[in-house]
Amino acid sequence: MDIKNNPEYVAGNGLIHRRHLLGLGLAGIGSMAAGSALGADAGMLNIPSWSKIPGNGPTEYGAPSPFAANVKRLAGGHNATAPGSGASRTPLHLLRGTITPNSLHFERHHSGVPVIDPAQHRFVIHGLVRQALSFSYEDLLAYPMVSQIYFLECSGNSGANTVATAGDTNAAALHGLLSCAEWTGVRLSTLLAEAGVTDTAAWVTVTGADAASMGRSIPLSKALDDVMIALYQNGEPIRPEQGYPMRLFVPGWEGNVSVKWLTQVKVADAPAHFRDETSKYTDLLPDGKSLQFTYPMGVKSVITSPSGQMKLLRQGIHEITGVAWSGHGAIQRVEISADGGRTWADAHIEAGQQHLALARFRLPWQWSGAPAILQSRATDSSNNVQPGRDIWMAAYNPANRYHYNAIQSWSVSAQGDVKNVYA
Amino acid sequence: MFTRKPVYVFAIAAGVFTLSQASIGLAADAPAKPVALGSPVTEAQLAVWDLIVAPDGHNLPEGSGTAAQGHAVYQQKCAACHGAAGEGASGSPALVGGSVSTTPPLLTVGSYWPHASTLFDYVRRAMPPTAPKSLSNTEVYQVTAYVLHLHGVLAEDFVLDKNTLPAVQMPNRDGFIDVSAN
Repeated sequence: MDIKNNPEYVAGNGLIHRRHLLGLGLAGIGSMAAGSALGADAGMLNIPSWSKIPGNGPTEYGAPSPFAANVKRLAGGHNATAPGSGASRTPLHLLRGTITPNSLHFERHHSGVPVIDPAQHRFVIHGLVRQALSFSYEDLLAYPMVSQIYFLECSGNSGANTVATAGDTNAAALHGLLSCAEWTGVRLSTLLAEAGVTDTAAWVTVTGADAASMGRSIPLSKALDDVMIALYQNGEPIRPEQGYPMRLFVPGWEGNVSVKWLTQVKVADAPAHFRDETSKYTDLLPDGKSLQFTYPMGVKSVITSPSGQMKLLRQGIHEITGVAWSGHGAIQRVEISADGGRTWADAHIEAGQQHLALARFRLPWQWSGAPAILQSRATDSSNNVQPGRDIWMAAYNPANRYHYNAIQSWSVSAQGDVKNVYA
Repeated sequence: MFTRKPVYVFAIAAGVFTLSQASIGLAADAPAKPVALGSPVTEAQLAVWDLIVAPDGHNLPEGSGTAAQGHAVYQQKCAACHGAAGEGASGSPALVGGSVSTTPPLLTVGSYWPHASTLFDYVRRAMPPTAPKSLSNTEVYQVTAYVLHLHGVLAEDFVLDKNTLPAVQMPNRDGFIDVSAN
């Protein structure tokens, strides 16, 4: 068939086969938008002023264009009773790749961001080891390192959609406790081997050097697997709000266990049952019991464009795009629906590292001006499928806000307004 | 600023055997000694620094306290946020009362936390939020006893110390399902 001029519809309400993304073009159906754009641009074809005078010289540390100044975190306000406690969220709807710039990586602090002189910082391994050891920052820099791209998600991410009425908010407010970066550091297993873990060891209990001395317990099997002490984030020393000079990084698991400002790994035979693994970060069930130590983040996806509080300004072709991830492996499949889940089409997933990292998906969509409900549904390499909201809600107490990974629904009105809905 | 410890010093200190290998011509095949820069420390040196208290009571410090003694500490250090009787306020959680089975549930230290050790551990490391680690161990015992007394877990004159605290039975002790192996 003539793909170039005839879109191949693969699901209801205008979804077009993903092969149309792969350089084949959509000249016929795209022409309406292109034509109007050309008319509006005709007056801009004069040589602009910035082509006639030299620009600014190099700088020591770059900053975004002032015209992109809106691309920033959604930061909470001052916390009067618990100073420094709070969160800021990644503006997912304003980003288009898979890597989160360091200045936009989400934050969650339990007692603020300490200012730590690395020369004064110590990292100690002790407890059930043959020899307790203390390491300086300089010490750790001398060890063999690994670099891996990993997502990090707070287990409270998307919890806003567990409440009874869907809030009219955007993708950052709903899902922005999610970021992805290249993390470089020393395997914890390397240092545990140096200290010599004893036979009775089964857990590591870990604390940070912030004012909250935030603590979490992690099974030794995970600590010896892929956990690292991260020293670099996207190639530069990790940011203070990410734990400078060093943080634990626990791939695929709820963000809270990746303890920042890491200062203590105490090897133990049992978990410590810290406040943030008993009172908080436990998942209340319908019968009043709670799940404890629910570590991996469930398979999940969200369409970031079009998304909440955006407005479609023209009919015609739009690229539906978003991110998908799973704490159980790699993303294998992302399906898109434009009719509230009645019919689905496979999205194109960009190549690249997928294991415990963000995957970027895309699919062309012909918007006719009719109302639509856009959804994405991810499947991971362990065959976990992202659940619908009803299924997720039935599994937990209505008060639970942790580990919400249900399908996100965005409604598109006939006027083009995009809104968070439950569908 | 080359303050890094010279790795070769460690290699020599630990590597007499390596040198002897070299003398019989195996140097090229000898495995490289892994980097090992940790400085030995003793648990005694960490005694004041290590704040972790697990449910078995390991690492609980000396000292003791009762709810009667904790009343004054609580009123001075805690009540402004958590309320005069632990009922909580906007932005600060209730500490006592509540239930996991109401709609909505009210999750407090008394109704939800499975271990008394967690209360001691958390108060000592993180409370009050404006001055964490400012309470003495005795004050932490006292205020822990007071909060547990407010929920009816401990009598007013119960002496909380490193021996009695691990045996305290919290109401929701059996309310959690450990899924760490899943």
